[in-house]
Amino acid sequence: MSGGVLAIVSFAGAAPDRGSLEALALARRLAADSGADLEAVVVADASSGRAAAALLGSSRVATAIIVQHDRLTVDHPDGWAAAIGQVVKARTPAAVVGAGTERGNDLLARVAADLGLPMAANCVVIEPGDRYRLTRQRWAGSLLEDCWLDAPIRLMTVAPNTVAVDEAIAGATPTVEVVDVVLTERDLALHVASREAPERGKVSLADAKVVIGGGRGVGSTEGFGDLEELAGLLGGAVGGSRVVTSAGWRPHADQIGQTGLRIAPDIYIACGISGAIQHIVGCKAAKHILAINSDPEAPIMSVADYAVIGDLHAIVPAISAEIRRRAAARA
Amino acid sequence: MRVLVCVKRVPATGGRILLTADGSDIDVRHLGFTVSPHEECAVEEAVRIIEAGGGASTVLTLGPAAAEEQLRDAMAIGIDQAVLLETDGRDWDPVAAASAIVESIRAHEATDGPYDLILFGNESADSGGFQVGIRVARALDRPCVTGVKSLLPGDGRFIARREAAAGGWESFELPLPAVVSVKEGINLPRYPSIPGRLRAKKKEIDRSTPAWQPGGLEKIVLRLPREELTAAEVIGRGPDAGPAVVDLLVRIGVVDG
Repeated sequence: MSGGVLAIVSFAGAAPDRGSLEALALARRLAADSGADLEAVVVADASSGRAAAALLGSSRVATAIIVQHDRLTVDHPDGWAAAIGQVVKARTPAAVVGAGTERGNDLLARVAADLGLPMAANCVVIEPGDRYRLTRQRWAGSLLEDCWLDAPIRLMTVAPNTVAVDEAIAGATPTVEVVDVVLTERDLALHVASREAPERGKVSLADAKVVIGGGRGVGSTEGFGDLEELAGLLGGAVGGSRVVTSAGWRPHADQIGQTGLRIAPDIYIACGISGAIQHIVGCKAAKHILAINSDPEAPIMSVADYAVIGDLHAIVPAISAEIRRRAAARA
Repeated sequence: MRVLVCVKRVPATGGRILLTADGSDIDVRHLGFTVSPHEECAVEEAVRIIEAGGGASTVLTLGPAAAEEQLRDAMAIGIDQAVLLETDGRDWDPVAAASAIVESIRAHEATDGPYDLILFGNESADSGGFQVGIRVARALDRPCVTGVKSLLPGDGRFIARREAAAGGWESFELPLPAVVSVKEGINLPRYPSIPGRLRAKKKEIDRSTPAWQPGGLEKIVLRLPREELTAAEVIGRGPDAGPAVVDLLVRIGVVDG
């Protein structure tokens, strides 16, 4: 069959990862709007692909496609691009929707280049038609662009944290199709040669429920001690604005913003951060934002839900002291 | 070693983006111009690779005549040569941009020999298409790794390291010639020196004018996202705010009551 909407789904453990759930949600809406079937191609090693595919009924997938090749693993970016390219050529879907994560954009861009098709990254709205009318993010989401996508097969990724993930439905199972792909040595040449595990015991900034961010107002590497202490008490992680990573006060991996991490914690506590748009796009997905700043007019105040005005080096230790006091009173 | 680094001139936005009245573009009347932080790092990486191993570096941009400024900025910190693919200022979509860059690379390689390494920033700051580097690599049939935060030279190859999706790091062995898109953090770019700026001012720029072509993506209009711009609720001033903040943390559920 042809004309369906094909979602690209990768997995974190047994479940589709967050970016893939977002891709499935937008693909499902597009399929409904254009009266097409929702199909999914599973990006997983052959051994785990079957179990993964069976789960996709809960995401309203009608047909789940497993790619079979004895040498293809998730560590082969070009191999997966070639495999998905073959699936797309064989099925000629109307549209392909992938995750707008680093890897999702990388994968679909490879597919697009191989098939000679345009690709729109980080879409938030897809309106089908002869030409698709899209809304996509520019400037990491500080700006939106309405645009036309004119192609026989429309390749699109979904901007992270912009689409509500569909609730899983119980009991549905997709038709599972196993597809053999033919890969050349060139397709399999590029692969992950070695891995280093994440640092143990450290709360990851990307996953932390509480993130304490520091900006120019923190003043120095040592100035982050107050923030570290509070993060430790809250089981949170510490990050910073581009100013602090460029100054070397924090490693670059701690940068929150357009060229660093996008975070979505329960609360983001922004300390001494003025709030340039390049920083705001990295933290605006937080459920709550508390700004601690000596300047009540700082731009961060227009995106924060709550504010405490004053010197962060007096306020942050006071918060830590209050948490300790209450814990001691309970004990 | 011959290294090419590709950059894009973009407005230096800071506090708020303002649009032109018709929404066709960013209002740049009061803005300076720059390249993305990823690209600043790509330029610095090219300079360091040549400093360490010898050879020559080239910076290339597709953009208006004024993008000469970004080419001179790159030469001011040590890039040897510059190529300007001059446009009339219209948007080039990623397919069209990649195709013009590939054509220029092929022409330069035919006369001067191949580039061992072609560097890009991970994504442009403005349109954020995440694909020009990959398209160039595929057209030239060279391996490409994106999101690279460390690039170590070896015997006829590079080890390219990037953050893994599940945390930690993953490394690729890249035979040359290769294409790499780098992320900010791979290095800390230097500031240009005064003599560097003066040298850069005098250098020749290789100019050509590729013909604009449609690529399948066409901008209709730009919009600012509808934001719930609210004044933050001030819950306290100075260190006396401790209890109010902890009350808030309890209410949100990140601290036990």
